[in-house]
Amino acid sequence: MKNLFKYILRLADNSLILGHRLSENCSWGPYLEEDISITNTALDLLGQAEELLIYAAEVENEGRTADDLAYKRPEIEYYNVQLTEQPNEDFAHIQVRQFFMDAFNFYLYSALKNSSDTTIAAISAKSLKEVTYHLRRSSEWMIRLGKGTSESKERVNKAVNNLWQFTSELFEMDEVDEALISEGIAVDLNEIKKLWNDKVTEIFEMANISKPEDGYKATGSRKGYHTEYLGYILAEMQYLPRAYPTAKW
Amino acid sequence: MSENIEELERQFQEKIDNEVKIEPRDWMPDGYREHVARQMSQHAHSEVIGMQPEGNWITRAPSLRAKKILLAKIQDEAGHGLYLYSAAETLGISRDTFLQWLHEGKAKYSSIFNYPSLNWADMGAIGWLVDGAAIVNQVSLQKTSYGPYSRAMVRICKEESFHQRQGYEIMAKMMAGTKEQQQMAQDALNRFWWPSLMMFGPHDSDSARSSKALKWKIKRESNDTLRQRFIDKTIPQAEFIGLKVPDPDAVLQPDGSYKTGEINWDEFWNVVKGNGPCNKQRLDHHIKAHEDGKWVREACLAFAENQN
Repeated sequence: MKNLFKYILRLADNSLILGHRLSENCSWGPYLEEDISITNTALDLLGQAEELLIYAAEVENEGRTADDLAYKRPEIEYYNVQLTEQPNEDFAHIQVRQFFMDAFNFYLYSALKNSSDTTIAAISAKSLKEVTYHLRRSSEWMIRLGKGTSESKERVNKAVNNLWQFTSELFEMDEVDEALISEGIAVDLNEIKKLWNDKVTEIFEMANISKPEDGYKATGSRKGYHTEYLGYILAEMQYLPRAYPTAKW
Repeated sequence: MSENIEELERQFQEKIDNEVKIEPRDWMPDGYREHVARQMSQHAHSEVIGMQPEGNWITRAPSLRAKKILLAKIQDEAGHGLYLYSAAETLGISRDTFLQWLHEGKAKYSSIFNYPSLNWADMGAIGWLVDGAAIVNQVSLQKTSYGPYSRAMVRICKEESFHQRQGYEIMAKMMAGTKEQQQMAQDALNRFWWPSLMMFGPHDSDSARSSKALKWKIKRESNDTLRQRFIDKTIPQAEFIGLKVPDPDAVLQPDGSYKTGEINWDEFWNVVKGNGPCNKQRLDHHIKAHEDGKWVREACLAFAENQN
């Protein structure tokens, strides 16, 4: 069950941390409609995270709740990919980060909806509806920014270059994946990688964005290692439950 | 010509008196148009600026449920803003112009949002008191004479009453919690009580625009009437969960209404004039977001043009 627990946490943490980052942008959108849209995506992701954390708590079966897992876990036990914790540098960084994650989630959940674990399958099927829309939206933004003004072209290319180093981590696998793939619970991320690459190539071509050369490749989240940003996210997010451990909110 | 205008004004007032809604293409006096545009746009600005004090706690919301509810609530407020800007645009003024007036300080928004949100219970207090006061006002405005405004209010009221309940739920939860939580809740009430009473505006005797607004039925009930309704509803709610309003003069009268102490009107006018704790911060934030977003809006326009 340890493997399953860890696997669910990876999925949950990706949504939780990305949703948190998006929620930071509330009231900072470039115009009201887009502000609402970003918050809406944050809400979808938080909803996914909550369902997954409830299931993780159930699988762990040690009396912890979904909130305990979100609000009392230290950095080293967080397994989100580092891409999700990267800051909202500007609107281009927000949308590029989103596009990379949406494309990943889209193919991941498309596959996981056939997982032999019925809860994962059900959550994936439900999430896929939201993610399908997210991917359409962030793809459109990539194209709009890539074919907008000279400033938007520059910004979107810069964001792609800055965030590219975090993309290969999406497809890293370890013994947890191997064990769960053999049981038909998890999916082979090498398959997802091919689909993701094709999608990114397709949208980059439509947006006139050039694919960066591979350089440093971020790694570590599978073991709970992160960029410096996660510590600050959790310090803020976990502040109240940690400061008042007996309080119920 | 002047006779003609007089006749139009007479017909206009007759419609108002007969509770016929005024629609965008109907003739209306310039003063009416200006009043409704000002009121609706200020209402819209209030919804949008109001996102900030609540947004201040999104990243620190203490549970997954609390975070989702807060995000959804703020999103509702943004939606109300959007809805109200659109309704106000039916008067022939664009959203860009409304925003420009806000940024130039020509248009106001509700002063309540010029107070800081300092602890988590403020999310309860804002929902319970601020949305609570807003509902009293907005329920009354459902009958306002300008059609698009009236319809916007009907829709908005449904969501606001939900906000008020969720705000009260936060307060109730905290009052049932630890000593620290109870202190936070009382502290939030102490800070938001008087500003929420100020939301209804000056006393009827000091309200410059009220008489015309009442005659045109833009406003349906006076500031003091609405304020009293809010007070009478809210004090028992506070007591029910063990909170005490910070007014030593508040007493229950035989007719069931509450007599309260005098509002600090110097503070009210000071904040209206821009000298509240967060006036500068709120406006700077909105201006910065707007300026930071300029390149995105330009990209959208350029892209749309290239597609044609």
